[in-house]
Amino acid sequence: MGEPGTKEPLSLEDLEAVAGLRTGRKHVLSILVENKPGVLSRIAGLFARRGFNIDTLTVGPTNDEAISRVTLTVDGALHPIDQVTKQLHKLINVLKIRDLEPGDTVARELALFKVAVDGGQRGELMQIAEIFRGKIVDVTKRAVIVEVTGTTEKIEAFEGMVRPFGLIEMMRTGEIAISRGRGET
Amino acid sequence: MRAVDAVMECLKAEGVDVVFGLPGGANLPTYDAFVDAGIRHILVRHEAGGGHAAEGYAKATGRVGVSLATSGPGATNLITPITDAMMDSVPVVFITGQVRTDLLGTDGFQEADTIGITMPVVKHSFMIQHPSEIPRAIHEAFHIARTGRPGPVIVDIPTDLSRAEIDYEPVTDVRLPGYQPTTEGNQKQIRQAAKALASARRPVIYAGGGVINANAAAELTEFARSDRFPVTCTLMGLGGFPAPDPQWLGMLGMHGTRTANYAMDEADLICAVGARFDDRITGKLSEFAPRAKFIHIDVDPAEISKNVPAHIPIVGDARHVLAKLLIEYRALSADPTRLEDWWARIHGWQEKHPLGYEDSADGEIKPQYMIQAVYEASGGKAIVTSDVGQHQMWAAQYYDFAKPRQWINSGGLGTMGFGLPAAMGAAVGCPDQLVICIAGDGSVQMNAQELATCAQEKIPVKVLIMNNGYLGMVRQWQELFWDKRYSHVDMGEFPDFVKLAEAYGATGLRLHDKRTLVSDLREALAIDGPVVVDVRVTREENTYPMIPAGQAAREMVG
Repeated sequence: MGEPGTKEPLSLEDLEAVAGLRTGRKHVLSILVENKPGVLSRIAGLFARRGFNIDTLTVGPTNDEAISRVTLTVDGALHPIDQVTKQLHKLINVLKIRDLEPGDTVARELALFKVAVDGGQRGELMQIAEIFRGKIVDVTKRAVIVEVTGTTEKIEAFEGMVRPFGLIEMMRTGEIAISRGRGET
Repeated sequence: MRAVDAVMECLKAEGVDVVFGLPGGANLPTYDAFVDAGIRHILVRHEAGGGHAAEGYAKATGRVGVSLATSGPGATNLITPITDAMMDSVPVVFITGQVRTDLLGTDGFQEADTIGITMPVVKHSFMIQHPSEIPRAIHEAFHIARTGRPGPVIVDIPTDLSRAEIDYEPVTDVRLPGYQPTTEGNQKQIRQAAKALASARRPVIYAGGGVINANAAAELTEFARSDRFPVTCTLMGLGGFPAPDPQWLGMLGMHGTRTANYAMDEADLICAVGARFDDRITGKLSEFAPRAKFIHIDVDPAEISKNVPAHIPIVGDARHVLAKLLIEYRALSADPTRLEDWWARIHGWQEKHPLGYEDSADGEIKPQYMIQAVYEASGGKAIVTSDVGQHQMWAAQYYDFAKPRQWINSGGLGTMGFGLPAAMGAAVGCPDQLVICIAGDGSVQMNAQELATCAQEKIPVKVLIMNNGYLGMVRQWQELFWDKRYSHVDMGEFPDFVKLAEAYGATGLRLHDKRTLVSDLREALAIDGPVVVDVRVTREENTYPMIPAGQAAREMVG
């Protein structure tokens, strides 16, 4: 978010943008935190208080066991995101925050699809899965489970393809994201 | 050594000379440690009183206040002081007891999720999970509470951990990689601010509580006087610039002076120092200071451009930044005559719209006069605390605060019942000074139990109740905005405050004659020990001037 104190002034329209107003611009916030109890609550609470809906959220270890990474995606107007990011910076256990630019970021998500197919349709489903570089991870008489990894768009496209077969359920991990190039995220 | 004995060592290492608290089951180990610790403990009658007392102590002395409570209801009773300290950036460390670790999460007796409940209203909190963490947590709590933008920090200690044995070694450092407040201010930005100020023709300095917290009153005053900059302060900033003064415009905001609000309205450059553009200051945001550019100096980057876009943001501590700004500004040798037209305009407002009220023809005490009488009787030198309501606004308007930390009140949260315990804390922290609580008859009842603490501990607070028998500010709003449909604001003559004071072991007096008010107050202030004075004032007086909520400064009434 740049150094505090160097930002261009915001316009009044930005300031009056209602928190939670969905603009279609997805923000991927990558947050490095100390691995301590309650950190996730503190982060989630900041979003909830401003009426933001967190679209996806993943938490996992990093190469340093004392530090975890939270990746969350959220949709909102610019100014409220800026506010919430500044508030996140104030949390003592938060070490670093980046609002990742989609163009400079590799983002991936994993999804599992349980699809209702019997013998007749199984072949067709397997072909589709192959096109999406999906993996069949479980097969029973009346259902198949497919694992797909990729961008959110790819997973949504796959969902569109398998829905007509009879989608029993779908599970998604939420995105993790890493910046391109040599520098650390 | 037991972990609780280490807590005492940590408190002493932090220079703590007094704590305010109340024992209970889950903090019995802590109270056992107090027996031998040699730290003054003041036994309050309600945890909220203890929390506000710690705030009053912190605000009066500039040191970190400490407040203790047990688990469950003890901790939940602290929610209001904790939130109050968060809103007004008051450095207080709260140490709460918690149920045994094997009972956590089982709805044990007097269990409450203190950390969870308080998460939105603390600067930080520590949930102790191992007794060896305790000393470091205590020191880090103090460090976080007092540095950067000050605020409340909680340390929650399960009772089995507090009585456990640990190898105590003094902690001399803090390890907080995610906490590095910016205090110095960007030099380039400061230079830009100096240039903007040097070319401004209608500048105003708008100072808030950050000036008090940063101990920057001297720097603010020197900077303002380096040219003829007009100065206004928020409710929290009063005393940051010495009133009265030729460059002083009075308080701004909802019940500020017309001069201060009109100056903000017409200013071409507003230099905000440690102030946060609260809605009580801006009124209608889209019409706030429409001609102005903004310099915003604040230690908290999240305040910058939160409500009003800053053209020149400066993240830093007010004292450091103002000192540097002064040097940069002097180097520019700005022409002071450029401000003559602006001052002519300001003097015009001051002459046309002085603060004023219609005094009574007989002995009736107008509430505004009561404040003037208190000012006179105390020589303008008392530390004054207040509750929340009409009396608070009149005290802010009519008691000219000349020094920082002389005015202690609840601004952000607006906590009724704040004044008496805060006065108690201030008096404990500043035993050589006269401490007056200007209270409302409604507010004072919310923590009146602390009179017992004052009597027992011989804390000589002077509680001056502005008694109109109403929840006065609510009544005023019902009169002005709800067609005088008074709904549950009349408190009658209950209780008898003189008897109440006496029952608690304080001196009680009642005054209702304007003609002898100053001398009567002088006598009351000279009485040893805690004193409660029930001052009967005009019942239906309104606090003016006023910007109705959500309207522009131009629309001030009264």
